[in-house]
Amino acid sequence: MAVTALLVDGLTVRFGSFRAIDALSLAIDYGEVRAVIGPNGAGKTTLLDVISGITRPKEGRVLFDGAFDLTQASDSAIARAGIRRKFQKPSVFEGLSVRQHIAIGADAGFRRALDAPALEDRVSEVLETVGLAGHATHLAGELSHGQKQWLEIGMVLASDPKVLMLDEPVAGLTDEETERTAQLVRRLNRPDRAIIVVEHDMDFVERIADRVTVLHEGRTLFEGPMDKVRADAGVIEVYLGR
Amino acid sequence: MMPLSKDRPFLALLLALVGVALAMGLLAGTPFALSRYLANAIGQLAAFAVLALALDLIWGYLGILSLGHGLFFAVGGYVMAMYLLKHSFVVTGTVPDFLQFMGWKDFPFYWAGFEFFPYALFVAVAVTGLIAGIFGYVSFRSRVGGVYFAIITQALVYVAMLLMFRNDTGFGGNNGMTGFAVLFGWPMGTSGMITALAIASLLVLAGVLVGCRLLVGSRFGALMLATRDDETRLRTLGYETLRLKLGVWCLSALIAMCAGMLYVPQVGIINPRVLSPELSLEIAVWVAIGGRGHLAGAVIGALLVNAVKFWLSFAAPDIWPFILSGLIVLVVLVFPNGLMDLATFKLVRPMGPRRAAAALEEGR
Repeated sequence: MAVTALLVDGLTVRFGSFRAIDALSLAIDYGEVRAVIGPNGAGKTTLLDVISGITRPKEGRVLFDGAFDLTQASDSAIARAGIRRKFQKPSVFEGLSVRQHIAIGADAGFRRALDAPALEDRVSEVLETVGLAGHATHLAGELSHGQKQWLEIGMVLASDPKVLMLDEPVAGLTDEETERTAQLVRRLNRPDRAIIVVEHDMDFVERIADRVTVLHEGRTLFEGPMDKVRADAGVIEVYLGR
Repeated sequence: MMPLSKDRPFLALLLALVGVALAMGLLAGTPFALSRYLANAIGQLAAFAVLALALDLIWGYLGILSLGHGLFFAVGGYVMAMYLLKHSFVVTGTVPDFLQFMGWKDFPFYWAGFEFFPYALFVAVAVTGLIAGIFGYVSFRSRVGGVYFAIITQALVYVAMLLMFRNDTGFGGNNGMTGFAVLFGWPMGTSGMITALAIASLLVLAGVLVGCRLLVGSRFGALMLATRDDETRLRTLGYETLRLKLGVWCLSALIAMCAGMLYVPQVGIINPRVLSPELSLEIAVWVAIGGRGHLAGAVIGALLVNAVKFWLSFAAPDIWPFILSGLIVLVVLVFPNGLMDLATFKLVRPMGPRRAAAALEEGR
């Protein structure tokens, strides 16, 4: 039986009178790659914002490993608990080198988590995984858009997170880069890790996702495998058909 | 960041500072010694350069612009003045002007102990740490940043100025404090004392410069740059940026305090004008002109702008504001990294249509 990594329970987020998320409940298990799709304004990014502690919900809670309520914790505490997220807009530190990014991601706190040789190994390993080994000394500001996306994935990957959230990882990428990213995401899938991907590229979603949650106006419209999603009349009506 | 041993401009500047200090020490008392005026000017410039380093540390490397660093400079300056007056009183029996002016017979009770330098130093550190700590904690905890933070710091220094303008506070009021006669038991105003103070300022500047360089070159420095570039990204990697910002902010305040303590005995007076918003704004101008985010740039900017100011305050005091404004416009339009752009011959063109479009694209 699959073990639940994240349990979203009766979550409501309001911005003024607008309900970005409306009494949403869903569970994400270890070992799965879950895609969250839906039209603009469906609440996808807001959901990730709540899970990563950036937005506080009006009601409801999000339980990590069944016990840790993320809605009560700070963003940095959530990250230290093993929940990492890649942002929609590639967020990297322009003034630092690729290597420094991965090291910062691996350390996660002012006290060193790893000793120097272990950190070196970890950094090299992650650079290899995301395909940036040849760019270790480059400044992040010099990288292409696709490389920045991978760099940020590497940064959030470096700490070996239990929950990995990727917000639009292939937005603005070429077909070849999208293909590489899809392979990367599948490689990152492990029995002790839950991966949540928000994406608009349906072919990409089909390639990577074990299950798909379709959000619409802050609620779950449909949940299931991608082929069922494509066939669902309600989903076609509000999202895919347009 | 390149390793220290290969950072040529930095090492050249460091060598120049220590070299000037050494030359001043060796030539003192010989016919080749610098004039008292020049030695004094060098010492004051060095104190300003320390102040510029304090601002560059938080603005250039942490992205926090303070337009109120004159406050911490003034804390150091006022405490130093209190030490000097009390010490001079104990040694020579001279009653400070401001006491006579107020018709007070004795020092206010809170002046007790200021004749002891270690105590005065402790008070300066404690007051600076307390103001910077509380103000920084409240601001950073509420995630106040950018222009809002800059405006609040400006208000803070202005409030402090209004307070110090009051004559009944026991800190000299609008006339300030002057008439320092003795420093560490030695008479002030002699050539030897002027040279010694200038050398001390240069050495403190060199020390602060090296210390800041080691800090920004360390792993902690990388985290400072990361905070500057994208604080949310760093927080969501598990780093509590509040502690980092608060720590560097307090360190910067303490460096500004040191600058104030060096400055006051050399200029011979302190009054609430050091708390005027203009001085605090000017510090940012020195750093911007020299090159924000470059330690050597901040030092060179402070030295250069103030040297021109010293000279012009004799030659043509009226045109100084125009020159300063002109420099700011030049930096904003042509040299976004200040004089550092000149050093690397990387003349960046003002934002043309293509770059503007790219910037728009990026901000989408």
